[in-house]
Amino acid sequence: MKLKKRKVIDVSKELLLEVNNITKRFGGIVAVDNVSIKVNKGEVVSIIGPNGAGKTTVFNMLTGVYEVDAGTIVFKGEEIQNKKPKHIVEAGISRTFQNIRLFSDLRVIENVLIGAHIKTDYNFFQSVFRTKKFRQQEDEKLVEVIKLLKSIGLDHRRDDYASNLPYGDQRKLEITRAIATGAELILLDEPAAGMNPQESAELMAFIRHLKNEGYTILMIEHDMSVVMNISDKIYVIDHGKPIAEGLPAEIANNPKVIEAYLGGVHNDAGDK
Amino acid sequence: MTERIKKIIDTESILPGKSQSGMLHNIEVFTDRYKFILGVILAAALVVLPFVMGDQYLLTVTVKIGAYAILAMGLNILTGYTGLVSLGHAGFVAIGAYTASLLSVNAGADFFTSTLAGMVVAGLVGVLLGLPTLKVTGTYLSIITLGFGEIIKMIAMNWSSVTNGTLGVKNIPKPEIFGIEMTVGNYGMYYLMLALVVLTAVFCLMVVRSKTGRAFQAIRADEMASTMMGINITGYKILAFVISACICALGGSLYATVIGYIDPNTFNFDVSTLILSIVILGGMGTIRGMFVGAAILIAFPEVSRFLMEYRFVLYGVILVIMMRFRPQGILGWKSTLPYKLNSKVRAEIEKIEAEEKEGD
Repeated sequence: MKLKKRKVIDVSKELLLEVNNITKRFGGIVAVDNVSIKVNKGEVVSIIGPNGAGKTTVFNMLTGVYEVDAGTIVFKGEEIQNKKPKHIVEAGISRTFQNIRLFSDLRVIENVLIGAHIKTDYNFFQSVFRTKKFRQQEDEKLVEVIKLLKSIGLDHRRDDYASNLPYGDQRKLEITRAIATGAELILLDEPAAGMNPQESAELMAFIRHLKNEGYTILMIEHDMSVVMNISDKIYVIDHGKPIAEGLPAEIANNPKVIEAYLGGVHNDAGDK
Repeated sequence: MTERIKKIIDTESILPGKSQSGMLHNIEVFTDRYKFILGVILAAALVVLPFVMGDQYLLTVTVKIGAYAILAMGLNILTGYTGLVSLGHAGFVAIGAYTASLLSVNAGADFFTSTLAGMVVAGLVGVLLGLPTLKVTGTYLSIITLGFGEIIKMIAMNWSSVTNGTLGVKNIPKPEIFGIEMTVGNYGMYYLMLALVVLTAVFCLMVVRSKTGRAFQAIRADEMASTMMGINITGYKILAFVISACICALGGSLYATVIGYIDPNTFNFDVSTLILSIVILGGMGTIRGMFVGAAILIAFPEVSRFLMEYRFVLYGVILVIMMRFRPQGILGWKSTLPYKLNSKVRAEIEKIEAEEKEGD
């Protein structure tokens, strides 16, 4: 409880996302219980916890997939809890998935263009009659998307079908697609899952690159080498309850965290 | 300098690091390179076709192929692009055909007005049928559409005061342009079909190559991921239903005026499956495939008349073989050509790349 009273001292940073005591119940089970998260602009924040701790449920609430039973989610000073996913994407939050969900039978460039869907501003009739506005918008978005692909280093794969990319590039593409929505806050759900050490090292470099570009990242991750290396702040959840928060070094030595991971009496199987 | 960069881009844009598998790629490159000439040849062939053919019967079959190509293009928007399988599209065809025919028979409306009315009615019904997609997906949605097709047939059968029940609508007038009646005999019907097919194909192409088409394909590939891209899933699914319904109503109206007579059994379940078979055989999610699919499946029963009832056995065998060896459809391949960028975008990209080079 003392943990909560501690104020964030660093006021120089702008608060981007503030999650206050959100709770989610599935019938009698409390999947997420009073979880609070603060993310400042430009930070990389991680959420960790054993399988079944409720991390992905938190993401699903943040993105409007699940309704929030109690608590508030404030993004850029605006309450966004229980809004439709579309409005949340428009507000500037985008996500990736634990098991990669690309539009696999479409090309890399098409995947990213779909990411830019909400920013592509013309209506149905304008597209049927190929008006000036349509052509302008399409050209503009194509150039933007190719620029984005170049900055991420996927441009040489532009014409390939998403399913033909190697695993690491598929992850990158998924993140690129999320960025293309115009999001400021990007939620990564276990980006390093299934990666070998070399791939996860590349991923880490990539996330650092994104951070330098000014994106804010909130991620769920199990790979401790990734979490400890790139996080500015870590939140630990176990059985839906927040058990610790702090800098990587603090978390690594927190007895509660160690207990949750190693000495846990309860042991749930399966995530979610 | 720009020449050199252009060369680099040109060589790079042929999918680097990927071996181009033979024939298909070559055919694609060939058609792409000579698409203007090929287009002109095809257009000329289609224009002179009725004079070469001359035969009334063959021409009627050709017009029927055209009508079914339109229907297939309609269903293709829904099933091929958006991934929603409909087993009741005969319902939309019936709505289009009945609305248009009844208007022209009873109210004396001309073909174009009555067809438009048919499309509007079908579009509105399309919204209604699209609404369950809010909750229902996959097989369950297909079953709802199956029910829808039957309901429309039953309405046509039992609402006698309007639809003339099982007796059907007779003497559907032929369309007229400048007072000239268009029949199969004077080739008018053929050219009307051709115009409508081209119109529909262009419309579909415009829809597919826009953010709408991309949203459809995204929904087909992964609904959850599409939601997270800010795509209004329900809205786009209903839009797909509406577009599909309108196009099928157009095809239905054309079909009714070609045959000149419709009754509820003209639009039974077999028609729904036939349209779906054309889409699958031709290649789901392609527009080119619809023509080939319609040509094969409509011409086949006519060509194989000598086989009598056995032709349906052969028909089944063909579909089974098809599913085994080419499940993506005859023309259902993924393009191996680079994604098309127009000259404006290419120039812009070249500029960026040139700047990058200078920066190095």
